[in-house]
Amino acid sequence: MIPGGFERYLRRVDAALFAAVAATAISAATVGPSAHAEDKPYKIEKDGTVDWSTFSGYRRYHSECHVCHGPDALGSSFAPALANSLKTMTYDQFIDVVVNGRKNVSASSDKVMPSFGTNRNVMCFINDIYAYLKARADGVLPRGRPKHEPKPKAAQEAEDACMG
Amino acid sequence: MKALLRGALAGAMVVGLAAGAYASDDLVTMQKNAKEWVMPTGNYANWRYSTLDQINAGNVGKLQVAWTFSTGVLRGHEGGPLIIGNVMYVHTPFPNIVYALDLNDDNKILWKYEPKQDPDTIPVMCCDTVNRGVAYGDGKIFLYQADATLVALDAKTGKVDWSVSNGDPKIGETGTSAPMVVKDKVVVGISGGEFGVRGRLTAYDIKDGKMAWRAYSMGPDSDILMDPEKTTMLGKPVGKDSGLNTWEGDQWKIGGGTTWGWYSYDPELNLIYYGSGNPSTWNPSQRPGDNRWSMTIFARDADTGMAKWVYQMTPHDEWDYDGINEMVLADVTVDGKKHKALVHFDRNGFGYTLDRETGALLVAQKYDPKVNWATHVDMKTGRPQVVDKYSTDHNGEDVNTKGICPAALGTKDQQPSAYSPKTGLFYVPTNHVCMDYEPFRVAYTAGQPYVGATLSMYPPEGDKNMGNFIAWDASKGKIVWSLPERFSVWSGALATAGDVVFYGTLEGYLKAVDAKTGKELYKFKTPSGIIGNVTTYEHNGKQYIAVLSGVGGWAGIGLAAGLTDPNAGLGAVGGYAALANYTALGGQLTVFSLPN
Repeated sequence: MIPGGFERYLRRVDAALFAAVAATAISAATVGPSAHAEDKPYKIEKDGTVDWSTFSGYRRYHSECHVCHGPDALGSSFAPALANSLKTMTYDQFIDVVVNGRKNVSASSDKVMPSFGTNRNVMCFINDIYAYLKARADGVLPRGRPKHEPKPKAAQEAEDACMG
Repeated sequence: MKALLRGALAGAMVVGLAAGAYASDDLVTMQKNAKEWVMPTGNYANWRYSTLDQINAGNVGKLQVAWTFSTGVLRGHEGGPLIIGNVMYVHTPFPNIVYALDLNDDNKILWKYEPKQDPDTIPVMCCDTVNRGVAYGDGKIFLYQADATLVALDAKTGKVDWSVSNGDPKIGETGTSAPMVVKDKVVVGISGGEFGVRGRLTAYDIKDGKMAWRAYSMGPDSDILMDPEKTTMLGKPVGKDSGLNTWEGDQWKIGGGTTWGWYSYDPELNLIYYGSGNPSTWNPSQRPGDNRWSMTIFARDADTGMAKWVYQMTPHDEWDYDGINEMVLADVTVDGKKHKALVHFDRNGFGYTLDRETGALLVAQKYDPKVNWATHVDMKTGRPQVVDKYSTDHNGEDVNTKGICPAALGTKDQQPSAYSPKTGLFYVPTNHVCMDYEPFRVAYTAGQPYVGATLSMYPPEGDKNMGNFIAWDASKGKIVWSLPERFSVWSGALATAGDVVFYGTLEGYLKAVDAKTGKELYKFKTPSGIIGNVTTYEHNGKQYIAVLSGVGGWAGIGLAAGLTDPNAGLGAVGGYAALANYTALGGQLTVFSLPN
């Protein structure tokens, strides 16, 4: 969760994106990974209980993304299975597509990814959504609604700040 | 020769229309000719009934495929074809192709119309890129495209006569419903309840597409076309600005109440009937109040659009129980008194019978015994008595309310029922699905999803079937018989004078059952799951049954990806196999007849 207002947050995403694109050569080892760029941005207990961020990602995914990308990130004829895509897609590529959208329109295909850059329901929780999808892509989170830890106070505060 | 003659007659009819009579006068006559199927609902009363009886309970078992036609489109195929004279009009989901097929000449394609639409429309369609069919009137075919453009096509050539934009996909407004021709107007609704669209019904002049009236579901009385003194709910005036003061702040401006279902019309009372959808967002905590007039049955004057009466079935919705399902107009006797009635099977699980002249509530009973979110409907106030345990508003944001029946899909969605005046029964395709519902806070951004809840769906505890096909007695509010189905029955029914009732299943079966007993008489597995509506017509002395296959729609999105997978952790108890094990995408029309 990102503290601070949504506008500030958007600028941070842009900055992060720019930095990432400009400095891909600088490895994680040099600057140290931020939380989202970790290999495993999720936490899953042995009994399947996930951290709030991963659960929050599950919720937001299933109200903003699943109509096209399918339940449990399994894909549909509109859009690819993100449980697959995120096996190879980097965090920065992911952010780029979510913020800016993408089109693949031809005689045989009408695939349109809208830009979600101004959508707080997505952008305030983008790292949560990433964590959820990454867990699905890594094969460590089964289909369906996961059990989760209680909502931390910090998460509520961040939500309130970002959602305005 | 006979066929030629009929063709000439149909041609004469079209000429007659051009001479200035109301298109609906002609449709009132045409809908009585069982050889044709002139509107998606069968007739203005939404009966989906045919007096044809060549195919009957005694011989339907011999039914066989007469011919087929691929639409060339994947995704969910809702609705069904029209048959006008010797031409069949077949529509498809996005890109919304219309084919005119010549029944006199080997069903060859007379013309094909494919609009050019911005594919940006696709991601703002909530539940698949469905389209529920075209309308006919005044020698034109009316297509309501996904991008909310209403187009009038010359029925003979497919050439565009006029075209008008009824909404803006950039703010999430789309078209999925079938238009209806009433008098000299074409009536259309709007989809987008999951995008904060403000619902309305709009009537356009049939000659040139000029807007005649537009009636919103919420907002000031002048926007709703509502008279605070004369418009009534359960016999009482609605009062001033009921569409404003039952909302907090400006929430009504993004209030939903979209109008994507079916419309019916009573030519004698000159009233149009339809229902409005869910209030936006799905998180009830963000929109305190009754949220009028979402979830409402409207009776409107066909000429002016003015609301005569309204009835809000689900005030302050907390479950996404859109009120858009069809209104069936029939004579029903309740407690010994015969009424010009309106019968409606709502998403919320109650089957309603109202007096359609006055809007008086006569019957409100559960048409699935598992419905649990309300104990009953208070017949004085019309309000459902909500059970706290299943109230997502009572339990609040970030709380997962479990075991609510029905699921958001409703005990029935848009898939229309059929009514047989011969048996007096209503035949209803239903869902038998419950849910967990967790609302959470959302922010509105124009053109972006505005949902605010996450749901899990599964069959009711102890049951394996996710659907039932039932026969309903609307005078008592009782189920007469009920046939369990593995999946939701998402196909519109057809009843005939041959004492047969037809419906399709999500696995792809076309089924015929006995109208009196429900006994299965015939089934045939079509190439894909059926969410289309069954149609019948007669050509060259032979009766045909036609249905679109092509799994998809809301049911298809969820079920095709395996919501019933026992490993999905969604509460299912095993023994369920995913719909994907039974069928795959693909649009096809299958036409049946008896052997020669």
